[in-house]
Amino acid sequence: MTGWTREQIAQRAAVDLNDGMYVNLGIGIPTLIPDFLPNDVEVIIHAENGILGVGTYPDEADIDPDLINAGKETVSVKRGASFFDSATSFSMIRGGRMDLAVLGAFQVSAGGDLANWAVPGKLIKGMGGAMDLVAGAARVLVLMEHMNRSGEPKIVVECSLPLTGRNVVDRIITDLAVIDVTDQGLRVVEFAPGVDAHMLRSRTGAPLIIDGR
Amino acid sequence: MDKVSSSAADAVADIGTGASLAVGGFGWCGVPTVLIEAIRDAGATDLEVVSNNCGADGWGLAILLAERRISRVVASFFGDNREFARQYLQGELEVEITPQGTLAERLRAAGAGIPGFFTPTGVGTLVEQGGLVWRFDHEGNAAVVSPAKPVRTFVRAGKAQQFLLEEALPTDFAIVRAALGDRHGNLVFHASAKNFNPLAAMAGRITIAEVERLVEPGEIDPDLVHLPGIFVDRIVELTPEQVAAKQIEKRMVKGMVKR
Repeated sequence: MTGWTREQIAQRAAVDLNDGMYVNLGIGIPTLIPDFLPNDVEVIIHAENGILGVGTYPDEADIDPDLINAGKETVSVKRGASFFDSATSFSMIRGGRMDLAVLGAFQVSAGGDLANWAVPGKLIKGMGGAMDLVAGAARVLVLMEHMNRSGEPKIVVECSLPLTGRNVVDRIITDLAVIDVTDQGLRVVEFAPGVDAHMLRSRTGAPLIIDGR
Repeated sequence: MDKVSSSAADAVADIGTGASLAVGGFGWCGVPTVLIEAIRDAGATDLEVVSNNCGADGWGLAILLAERRISRVVASFFGDNREFARQYLQGELEVEITPQGTLAERLRAAGAGIPGFFTPTGVGTLVEQGGLVWRFDHEGNAAVVSPAKPVRTFVRAGKAQQFLLEEALPTDFAIVRAALGDRHGNLVFHASAKNFNPLAAMAGRITIAEVERLVEPGEIDPDLVHLPGIFVDRIVELTPEQVAAKQIEKRMVKGMVKR
C-alpha cells in the first residue's frame, strides 16, 4: 500500500491540532479530523455561519433547522458553545484569533499561493468564506490529493487557476507527504508509507527540499 | 410605539420596482421566507438583492428568481441553484461575487455609518485585481466585470501588509427573520439562524423583521436583546404554520458518514 487514504490524511492532520485551539474545518477531508482527536485534546471547532463549538451530527430528536454548519448540514454543539452573527464570525478570523484553518485545494504554489474556488470554463459557485479564512487565520493547512484526476501535480511553481489567497498556505498534507511552505521553498517534513524522494519529486510540479537538499 | 404591521403584504407594500434589498439568512437557515413571498405577491421587479446565498430551487429567494424579479445579486455563494446559474450564464442576472466575510462587513459598515474599510481578504486575487464576471452577454462573453480595488499598505503586528478597499453596502430595504421580537422591534435570534440577519437589518434604510414569536415590550430581558429595535422599522408576526414550514437543506443525524 502506497500513500495515505483520505482517513489517514485526516488522522495525520489531527496530530497538528493541540488542546485549546480554535479551528475552522472546510468541507471534505477536513471534516474527518475530529474523529481522530485524542480525548484529552479539546479543540473548539468554528463554523463561519456563526458557531464556536460545533459538535457531531445531532440525534434525530435534537435536529434543529436553525442549527447548521457552513456546509448546510444539521449539527449539534458542544458544551461551552456560542452563536454569533456573520460579521463577528469573520472578525475572529481576520482578527487573527483563529489558530488554524484546514481546507482543500485545486492547486498550491511553491510560494504558498492557494487556488481552491474557481476553475475557468466551469460554472463559478462563489468563494464563500474561503478568501477571508486564508487571509485571516493564523495558520493555514491544506489537505488534498497530491495529483488531480487527470494525473497532474496539484503542487506547482505558480497556480494557473484563480487564487483564493497569495502566500497564505503554511503546510500541505497529501496522500503522499507532509510538506511545509518555507521562505526557502517547499520542505518535505514526512513521507507517507511507500513513498520515496524520487517518487515524490516526479509527482510534484515544484522543487522540493528533502533532507536539506 | 408599535412597529407591528397588520400583515406581511402591508409591511412590504412600498417595496417598489428597482428597490435594493438586504436579505438575512445562510443557506436555508434564518431566511425571511414569508416576507419574500409577500414581495413576490406584491409584484415589484428589477430588484437588487444582497444575500449570502440566493435560495435553492423553489425555496427562499429562488421564488423571486424563478419569476425573473431579481436583476442584480450581491452574494458569496450560489452553488446548488440551477436557475441562478442559468440566468447568470445567459446574461439575465448580474452577480457581484463577494467574499463572505467582506459581504458581512459591508452590510455592518453600511449600518454603522462607515462608507468603506480596508481588509486583507482577497489581496492578490481577482477580487483585488478586478475581472470577476458580473454579467455575461447573451453569447456568454463577459459584458461587465468587477473593477480593480484600491490597495494600501498598513503595518499590522509589526509587519507591512497589503489591504484592499471595500465599500459599504447600504440598501433601500432589509428583510430579516428572528425567533423572537417585541413591538419596539427588539430582536432575538436562535442558534445559527442569526448569521446575516442583524447585519442585513443594520444596512436597510427601512428594515422589516418577521418574527416567529411576538411579545410585548419588556418581556425580553434587555440583557438578552441581540439587535436593538432602533434598527427595525416594521415587525410581522408569523403564524405557527409559517414557523413550522421551515426546511432543512442537508438533514444529517449522528452516525451518518461524513462527506
